[in-house]
Amino acid sequence: MYQRRANPPVVIRNATIMTATGQEIAGGSILLRDGRIAALGASVEAPADAVVVDGSGKYVTPGLIDTHSHLGVYASPGTWAEGDGNEATNPVTAEVWAEHSFWPQDPQIPLAIAGGITVIQALPGSANLIGGRSAVLRLVPGRTVQEMKFPGARYGLKMACGENPKRVYGSRGPSTRMGNMAAYRAAFIDAEIYRRRWDKWNKDHQGDPPQRNLRSETLAEVLRGNIYVQNHCYRADEMAFMLDLAREFGFKIRSFHHAVEAYKIADLLARDSTASSVWADWWGFKEEAMDGIHENAALLQQAGARTVIHSDSPSGIQRLNQEAAKAMYYARRNGIEVTRDQALRWITANAAWVLGLDSLLGTLEVGRAADVVVWSADPFSVYAKALQVYNEGWLVYDRNDPARRPRTDFEVGQVPR
Amino acid sequence: MIAILLAQTIAITGGKVYPVSGPPIENATVLIRDGRIVAVGASAAIPADATRIDARGKWVTPGFIDSGTQIGLTEIGAVQETNEGTYRGTGIAPAFNVAAGINPASQLVPVARVEGVTTVLTAPQGGLISGQAVVIDLAGESVPEMLVQSPAAMVANIAAKDAAGGSRAGVVARLRRLFDDALEYDRRRADYRRNQIQDLSAPAADLEALLPVLRGRLPLVVQADRKSDIENALRLAQDYRVRLIIAGGAEAWTVADRLGAARVPVVLIPLTNIPSYSQLGARYENAAQLARAGVRVAIMSGDSHNSRNIKQESGNAVSYGLPWEQALRAVTLTPAELWGIADRYGTLEAGKVANVVVWSGDPFEFTTAVERVFIRGKEIVLKSRQTELFERYRTLPPKY
Repeated sequence: MYQRRANPPVVIRNATIMTATGQEIAGGSILLRDGRIAALGASVEAPADAVVVDGSGKYVTPGLIDTHSHLGVYASPGTWAEGDGNEATNPVTAEVWAEHSFWPQDPQIPLAIAGGITVIQALPGSANLIGGRSAVLRLVPGRTVQEMKFPGARYGLKMACGENPKRVYGSRGPSTRMGNMAAYRAAFIDAEIYRRRWDKWNKDHQGDPPQRNLRSETLAEVLRGNIYVQNHCYRADEMAFMLDLAREFGFKIRSFHHAVEAYKIADLLARDSTASSVWADWWGFKEEAMDGIHENAALLQQAGARTVIHSDSPSGIQRLNQEAAKAMYYARRNGIEVTRDQALRWITANAAWVLGLDSLLGTLEVGRAADVVVWSADPFSVYAKALQVYNEGWLVYDRNDPARRPRTDFEVGQVPR
Repeated sequence: MIAILLAQTIAITGGKVYPVSGPPIENATVLIRDGRIVAVGASAAIPADATRIDARGKWVTPGFIDSGTQIGLTEIGAVQETNEGTYRGTGIAPAFNVAAGINPASQLVPVARVEGVTTVLTAPQGGLISGQAVVIDLAGESVPEMLVQSPAAMVANIAAKDAAGGSRAGVVARLRRLFDDALEYDRRRADYRRNQIQDLSAPAADLEALLPVLRGRLPLVVQADRKSDIENALRLAQDYRVRLIIAGGAEAWTVADRLGAARVPVVLIPLTNIPSYSQLGARYENAAQLARAGVRVAIMSGDSHNSRNIKQESGNAVSYGLPWEQALRAVTLTPAELWGIADRYGTLEAGKVANVVVWSGDPFEFTTAVERVFIRGKEIVLKSRQTELFERYRTLPPKY
């Protein structure tokens, strides 16, 4: 299982500290000790054994969190052998778990770490209506996925709307959006029976326990509120259907993903406290993505809906800060006020909320996990690079120290340094 | 009628002008008349009838040229009926020129140009020889109005094993045979017409289309990422005296000196670093290392819908070592040189086509707004379907 790596205390001094709590501290300091943020502010007392990092001209943010990644499950080098993201054998595969596809030697992992990412949600693909459980992982080198699994994190359930599932299954079905809806409902009807049967047995222990069924077990956990629904969905009208579905079965959709039309129903999303994990500017690769606009994130923010910038890409995950910057500045130019802190929260605190980890991650506050990135410049500049990445206090990446730039087995002997 | 519309003098005044042909000029004027730039400089005389555009505090550059798109050839990636860029057949399509497939009404055109991309190479893809790419300006009601250069390049893909027996060696052999046959066809046209020639490996139209490449008049763009693929392309180009341009070139930095010595330019996407078996050596420093070795580098977005992100790509190239001025050149003058239009495009100089962008600051920065765009001397209204959707939904309920 995951274990925090020991690291001497670190104090970063005289940096601009972007807390993601509404505050930006110029010339501030932050102390990381025993995997936690021990102190931060204009001046900070540091123990004698603390490593001192000169933060002059540099910026410090929380570790970035990607709510939508296929690292490990669609690993590089990208052949059939690593294509483990879609169990496209049935439209409902709630029984599969992304962690069982996750390859910790994916060479895309160190690239994402170098972009300041400390935690990801690795998701199954979107071929299926219900694609399986996600894995919430600390982005640290590991031999096994267990060494990366975030202790205590809830699982997510990947669901997908629209074109993908209806295309993949074609004549076998579902082949229409109404077929999609009917199949979600059928699955949750089964799961409801299963949940009742198990809840009863857990209460009275009468007779043999009911037979386990992995598919219904995962869906029953959704019904109990223990697994969060992470729903790939592009179109506004379909998201509204999914909110109805959730209401019908008494669960919440934690976040829509991609959600290129979320801005059209920002009020509904705010009302239901459903987050949207969106891109800054992707559009047009399929019909349900035709109405993507730069201001999607900002319009959601304006409506009071929880906004997240996600990557869904091994390349994009390396610069979530740049994607947030694009979305913020486009909106500002068009008269929608987005603060730097809000834009930072799109890739930190709000993303932590989508994973149910917002009491531990996503902001720089005393007591929070020491997931911290030191940037060479304002992270909303195209010219900024992550210099140091601390994952629960451990210096996992240092751009200026070749010994602190982890490599995977895959790279050894075949990828030039 | 067009001449009347263009009969207009515009003076962009007071900006920091980056002519690319020389160092930036503070507080300078770019004077445009009848679609052309007529003067650039701090002391350019401004005619009384000129429409003045105040660019104080702004940056003025040539319109950006994206050297790798399918703008006009693709509308919705997943919808086949909107895609025109691939000629399906034997995988050998030298006679396939994409121009007639371009849709001037494409939504991608305004989306790109309002962000400062005024000119693109729009290219066929797929197969071993994909066909002929053309350069278009992102304005115009018809294809002839948009066309800048047709053809601008022949496009080939040296890793297209499926069209050559499943081996890279097959690809190279296939290309050699094609080139030999084209030359043979050219030498023995009379015999060909009389059927007194052994079977050639492609129809006459395709062999004919290859002749400008083999005469060194039309560049051959070879998409190649792996070092050995680039070396194969270099060898072919040397043997047949072809004007080679490497596209993609993920591992080009490993042969930077050879590319520099052979004067072979590289068109690349700077943010390329995901390892696959054809590009285990891909890295962000590619552009910088090539430039350092004297290789001419052009930057492309590689993304038709988000051609606008060529700005972000360029900024990242700078982050990873490419000097800023060279990054600007890589999206203006260098591509103009590569596509044979540098006499008309790529710099702000008297006589050039007036594709001009006024920016609020550094064009590569996210904070920067595109303030004015001129294509062929006409100001572009900064609207696209996306800006219209935004206005429609700026406040809810939407404005139906």
